[in-house]
Amino acid sequence: MENTAVKKYTFKDFASDQEVRWCPGCDDYVILRSMQKALPEMGVNKEDVVFISGIGCSSRFPYYVDSYGMHSIHGRAPAVASGVKLANPNLSVWVITGDGDGMAIGGNHFIHVLRRNLDLNIVLFNNEIYGLTKGQFSPTSLVGQKTKSSPYGNTQPPFHPGELAMGAQARFFARIGGNTPKEMTQLFIEAEKFKGTSLIEVLQNCVIFNDGCFTKFTDKNVRQDMQLHVEHGKPMIFGKERNKGIVLNGLKLEVVTIGENGITEDDLLVHDAKTQDPTLHQMLVRMQEPIVTGIIRAFDDVTLEEREDALTAEVKARSKFKKVDDLLFAGETYQVD
Amino acid sequence: MNTSIKDKQPEVLQAVVIRFVGDSGDGMQLTGTQFTDTSAMFGNDVATFPNYPAEIRAPQGSLYGVSGFQVHIGSVEISTPGDSVDLLVAMNPAGLKTNLASVKPGHTIIVDTDAFTKKNLEKAQYETNPLEDGSLENYRIIEVAMTSLTKEALKDVEGLDNKSITRSKNMFALGMVYWMYDRSTEHTVEFFNKKFKSKPHIIEANTKVLNAGYYFAETLELIPNTYSISPAKMPKGTYRIVMGNTATAWGFLAAAEKSGLELFLGSYPITPATDILHELVKHKHFGVKAFQAEDEIAGITSSIGASFAGDLAITTTSGPGLALKGEALGLAMMVELPLVVVNVQRGGPSTGLPTKTEQSDLLQAMYGRNGESPVIVIAASTPANCFDYAFMASKLALEHMTPVILLTDGYIANGSAPWKIKTVSEMPEISNCIIKEATDNWHPYDRNEDSLARNWAIPGTPGLEHRVGGLEKDRVTGNVSYVPDNHEYMTKIRAEKVKRVANYIPDIEPEFAKEGDLLVIGWGGTYGSLHSAVKEMNEDGFENIGLAHFNYINPLPKNTEELIKKYKKVIVCELNNGQFANVLRMNFNGIEFLQYNKVQGLPFGNTELIEKFKQLVK
Repeated sequence: MENTAVKKYTFKDFASDQEVRWCPGCDDYVILRSMQKALPEMGVNKEDVVFISGIGCSSRFPYYVDSYGMHSIHGRAPAVASGVKLANPNLSVWVITGDGDGMAIGGNHFIHVLRRNLDLNIVLFNNEIYGLTKGQFSPTSLVGQKTKSSPYGNTQPPFHPGELAMGAQARFFARIGGNTPKEMTQLFIEAEKFKGTSLIEVLQNCVIFNDGCFTKFTDKNVRQDMQLHVEHGKPMIFGKERNKGIVLNGLKLEVVTIGENGITEDDLLVHDAKTQDPTLHQMLVRMQEPIVTGIIRAFDDVTLEEREDALTAEVKARSKFKKVDDLLFAGETYQVD
Repeated sequence: MNTSIKDKQPEVLQAVVIRFVGDSGDGMQLTGTQFTDTSAMFGNDVATFPNYPAEIRAPQGSLYGVSGFQVHIGSVEISTPGDSVDLLVAMNPAGLKTNLASVKPGHTIIVDTDAFTKKNLEKAQYETNPLEDGSLENYRIIEVAMTSLTKEALKDVEGLDNKSITRSKNMFALGMVYWMYDRSTEHTVEFFNKKFKSKPHIIEANTKVLNAGYYFAETLELIPNTYSISPAKMPKGTYRIVMGNTATAWGFLAAAEKSGLELFLGSYPITPATDILHELVKHKHFGVKAFQAEDEIAGITSSIGASFAGDLAITTTSGPGLALKGEALGLAMMVELPLVVVNVQRGGPSTGLPTKTEQSDLLQAMYGRNGESPVIVIAASTPANCFDYAFMASKLALEHMTPVILLTDGYIANGSAPWKIKTVSEMPEISNCIIKEATDNWHPYDRNEDSLARNWAIPGTPGLEHRVGGLEKDRVTGNVSYVPDNHEYMTKIRAEKVKRVANYIPDIEPEFAKEGDLLVIGWGGTYGSLHSAVKEMNEDGFENIGLAHFNYINPLPKNTEELIKKYKKVIVCELNNGQFANVLRMNFNGIEFLQYNKVQGLPFGNTELIEKFKQLVK
């Protein structure tokens, strides 16, 4: 969104007077704080920011941000947000959802909002568990995962949000660990800048019901070796020593070490987030060791509101109806005297 | 040419019911619509009802593929499409078989004999040809080889394939009926000229066939007489024929313009409500945002989002869709945002009878949500007043900050009738609760003292940033509150807000007897049937019968109880098992509400109603 006279804010301007009620140690605090830090950097007036959520731990989020917000019903936030954006395209609209809210009960809205490509942002808090209902497996829980509703282990194979998003034509997909506030803040700013639907998957630790579910990737000590943070136009390098990289071997991505087997930095894949073809992006979202974080896909495309605006302008220009009365009296009318 | 018929004076009739039936692809809807428009322009009062199968193109000639269009025209007031038929035009055996029971004995049936082939008779499950076996001797049958005559009429027109030729036989039938009822073909020829502007050979073909039918009837000795139906006495003004669904859509357009807000429709296709979506998507020039959503739930929730963002937001559906919208409707009620939900009722439960009419969603509209969740419920009662009640639903939603359910039904939604066009300036003013500037100590749940409507702070307004949601709200700040007393207070105030709407709606005005022996009570789409039955009885000397027909259901008009008590007996007539009767019983103790109910997917017939009422006033 464009604003000529944007006010100056600090993160405090986006903190509401409501007491935050997530469990101590929850990554949700990190996400909230990162958002409150990102918002003043977006060039958006506070009154133009709208947060829409569904139901679940994540969905309490709008209560804690001092902007406009609606805590709606389970799974439906993308649809509510679509209505907000279509009604007033000047607003900066954010959907806050979780893996249960967005992938299970709201799965239908989730895929369709991505397909349509309205200019709005979705933050998916993925903790691979139902938190607010106290610990049932979710659509992203792993096979074998023991939860309150799968005491002998989960038998339902999971969705990978990134894969589902690509299948639904997502134009922007990013992933970030729930314990990296600086990078997260930057991602939120990038998502707002992107014109089209942005989806950010946060790997969010649930300290109570699924503690440590992402530790393997997100722990401070292993993070650099287990995460490839991609940037558009840059070679895919990772590792504590910055000596590991990704090459394309046939139809597969392969981890290589720079300096071994004659591999140099020039041999590594250079990330292209902006290409329309999602093949590389699909491979990146599926990769497990390392997992990929950062902006995996950011393909610029026409937004739904742009299509709608253009069509409306065209229809208006050639319509003979200026007022409703013109319509009511047009066509087959007759007089009774 | 036989000139003797021309000299004969047409027989004058007050009203006549004509039904055109044929295959789904035979163009019966167009034929019926043309006859309707021509008659309306002549000055008759009219009412129509289409009856078509759920299948889009059912197998040709099959019984379930029959499509029909009924029109009732008169020099007197016409309130319904009519019960029994004076003239049936049957384009095939299946049409004859499925509609014969509706034809008045002794009355006329025109058939296309070319369609009575062995194959078609088999498909219609006739063992013998009804035209030959004497089974139609109670009727006056006019046998016309319409298909051959159409082909003959078009033998010199170039550029027509066989299919287009056969398909224009409906115009042959229309030409005949025009002649029989002393109507000019002029309007229909004009229609061809406009509709097929770029296809002159199609204009020529249709005009030729129409005229061929007209002259054939004139020449035909088989048609013994013609009829004339004088113009009806109707208030002066500019009229048009409208279908209920179109009028509903236009009512919303008028409300949006009147209120100065943009119209947002979130909707998912469902029979018989989809025509409202079809109509509103056309009107981008008025800034209408019509959003076809991925499901019923997204239909309503996108509308809730649009309402939060300051649009006049509506969603349209039918019974099963309303069930899916229930939870979201509760949210709209909880966050106290304006929203109109249109339910074009159809036969239920479950998928039920999608193309048939019923009034069985009343209790769903009243109570079909979790928790104490009152909303305004109103009902349109004629195709034309769908315009007024769509407008009023919008006005009430905006002025009282609450969802409003507008009930119509398949019968009035697809039926059409003359509408004396209203201008937007004739409609009542619509105010709203929008607050534009932050004031000291402002809260999102501050309420208007009289209506209890909360104020409407729209995203984009500086200083009014706030959060709403489905969790219980603090009575002032709107923040989440689990305080027991607050929940009870909020539950009561939401109920009281809807109750107070009674202060803003008109009293119920009875028709015919203002007090007396029997009060007939109805609501919604049965108005035409009930009105004509009670009227007929009053004309026949039963002057002690009144009719109270309700458009405002929740809340009820304030004078309802007082009115009901002026009659010795009260009978509530509904196309369900007695839902409104039960609402009335809950509201008014000590009154015996008799019931007359029908659940056949069909409207009330005149005869059945009169028979029932006579039993009660004897």
